[in-house]
Amino acid sequence: MALERTARRRPGKSNFGVKRGAWIFLLPAAAIYLFVVLWPSIQGAGFALTDWNGLNPVKNFIGFDNFVKLFNDQKALTSVWHTLVIAVTITVVQNLVGLLLALGVNTRIKSRNVLRVVLFAPAIITPVATGYLWQNLLGQKGAVNEFLGFLGLPPHTWLGDSNTAIWAICVVIVWQFAGYSMVIFLANLQGISQEVIEASKMDGAGPIRRFWSIIRPELAPSITINLMLSIIGGLKIFDQVWVMTGGGPGGSTETMSTFLYKNAFQFGDFAYGIAIAVVLTVLVAIISAGQFALLGRQNKGD
Amino acid sequence: MERYTWKTGILEVVMIVVAAIFFIPLFVLISTAFKATNDPSGSLQLPANFTFVNFSNAWTEGHLGNALANSATVTVVSVILLIVLSSLAAYPLARVTKRWSKLAFAGFLIGLLLPFQLALIPLYQTMRDLHLLGTVWALILFYVGLQMPFSIFLYTGFLRALPIEYEEAAAIDGSGLFSTFWRVLFPLLRPITGTVAILNVITIWNDFLTPLLYLSGSGQQTVPVALFAFVGQYVSQWNLVFAGLIISIFPILLVYFLLQKTVIQGFASGLKG
Repeated sequence: MALERTARRRPGKSNFGVKRGAWIFLLPAAAIYLFVVLWPSIQGAGFALTDWNGLNPVKNFIGFDNFVKLFNDQKALTSVWHTLVIAVTITVVQNLVGLLLALGVNTRIKSRNVLRVVLFAPAIITPVATGYLWQNLLGQKGAVNEFLGFLGLPPHTWLGDSNTAIWAICVVIVWQFAGYSMVIFLANLQGISQEVIEASKMDGAGPIRRFWSIIRPELAPSITINLMLSIIGGLKIFDQVWVMTGGGPGGSTETMSTFLYKNAFQFGDFAYGIAIAVVLTVLVAIISAGQFALLGRQNKGD
Repeated sequence: MERYTWKTGILEVVMIVVAAIFFIPLFVLISTAFKATNDPSGSLQLPANFTFVNFSNAWTEGHLGNALANSATVTVVSVILLIVLSSLAAYPLARVTKRWSKLAFAGFLIGLLLPFQLALIPLYQTMRDLHLLGTVWALILFYVGLQMPFSIFLYTGFLRALPIEYEEAAAIDGSGLFSTFWRVLFPLLRPITGTVAILNVITIWNDFLTPLLYLSGSGQQTVPVALFAFVGQYVSQWNLVFAGLIISIFPILLVYFLLQKTVIQGFASGLKG
């Protein structure tokens, strides 16, 4: 955002020749974007006000009935709750783990480059694949229970128990994306001037004090980005849940995305599925707007 | 920076242990895929006998060859289109200070907030009416639109920081608008083009929900969907399933390990906005 000020606003017409007619460059991108994203989203919001089942050509306008139904549907409300639980849990845990990893890797240790590559690797693997991998690891005879047996503890079906399934899913997501948070924190950490840190050492500040007073304020940009990415990613979560539990057992891991998918494509209640998508959109928009406002305030503070 | 002291040594050991714990799932994945069905070893142990039979079975049973080809086509075509169209669009957005330019930029940014599930369902109908459902073209069109806001956002930010003198010099030399962009500006955009390419390749290659919907019932599959079907069919034959997982994530892992520095930098820098 700070970049805006540097390049432009030159007096006179010096670059007029370059710019005239440049709007043509915008057309192909804008056309596809309108066709694929904007228009269908508006259409979607409209369909949410009908009783359309997705196949029947007839759709009747029913106003906000789908939303009224949603707010009276215990299953829908639980799916909203599960989505929020997952989003908040991974936002906190994934970023804490990512930050600790970044602080550990951003030191003199000799293995730092190898560690960075290994820790980031899960983030690029297809979530469907990591979902199946963990379904096995967390299964009755999986590696997790094998390890517990080694410690003399009883086995547990982590994904088959409605009390543990949602937390098991959070563990998988944190495992996969902690390295992602780490990489973003790391880029920020490497930009902090060593002189300031050295000076604080001279003044006798211990590592915790140094982190809190010197490093933490400098990390504001990466904290904002990481919070935004993980909370939006958490709200939209589908692949891992769909693969590992399908929303079960007993609906205990049903999220808005899986509930939306089931209604729209398995139960044939298209319009209701879209109404859930609209609620998801509003949730994401509120949180992103809050984050944008926060980001704006921080930039002004610089 | 500080010297390597005994404290650094302890930290080094701790970090290696942590990374090893992170790596255990991938170790189990690899080791299981090389085990025969009757292998007596535990899941945290290496195979008693290494075998490649799971890989050849997974390849033929899972139709992974076809899925890999589809995924590669969709990913490559979409990313090339995204690079060309979003860098072009970013040019007026970054350089023109008129009101329409700012409005258009804001219009694209809205796309960053919309969850794609919302557009996915109505667009399903349009794609069906255009007879694009079940073809890779539906996916390509969708990804180009879906990833456009993010790509434009990255390019515009980068262009705004780029001095305008190059374009002015080219314009004075009498170079036209498009050739100025293509010959002078586009090469200067290389660093951010790398970031745009990497982030889009990984998002598109790994996407599951879109091809699950748009290709369903067509016999065409991308890698995540083929895996989903494959595992559904061979539930609990984990040796076979894991070999399939490895085949399907191999291309993207290979790219990652070959270009790890660029990939990691791409992820880190692209998101600074």
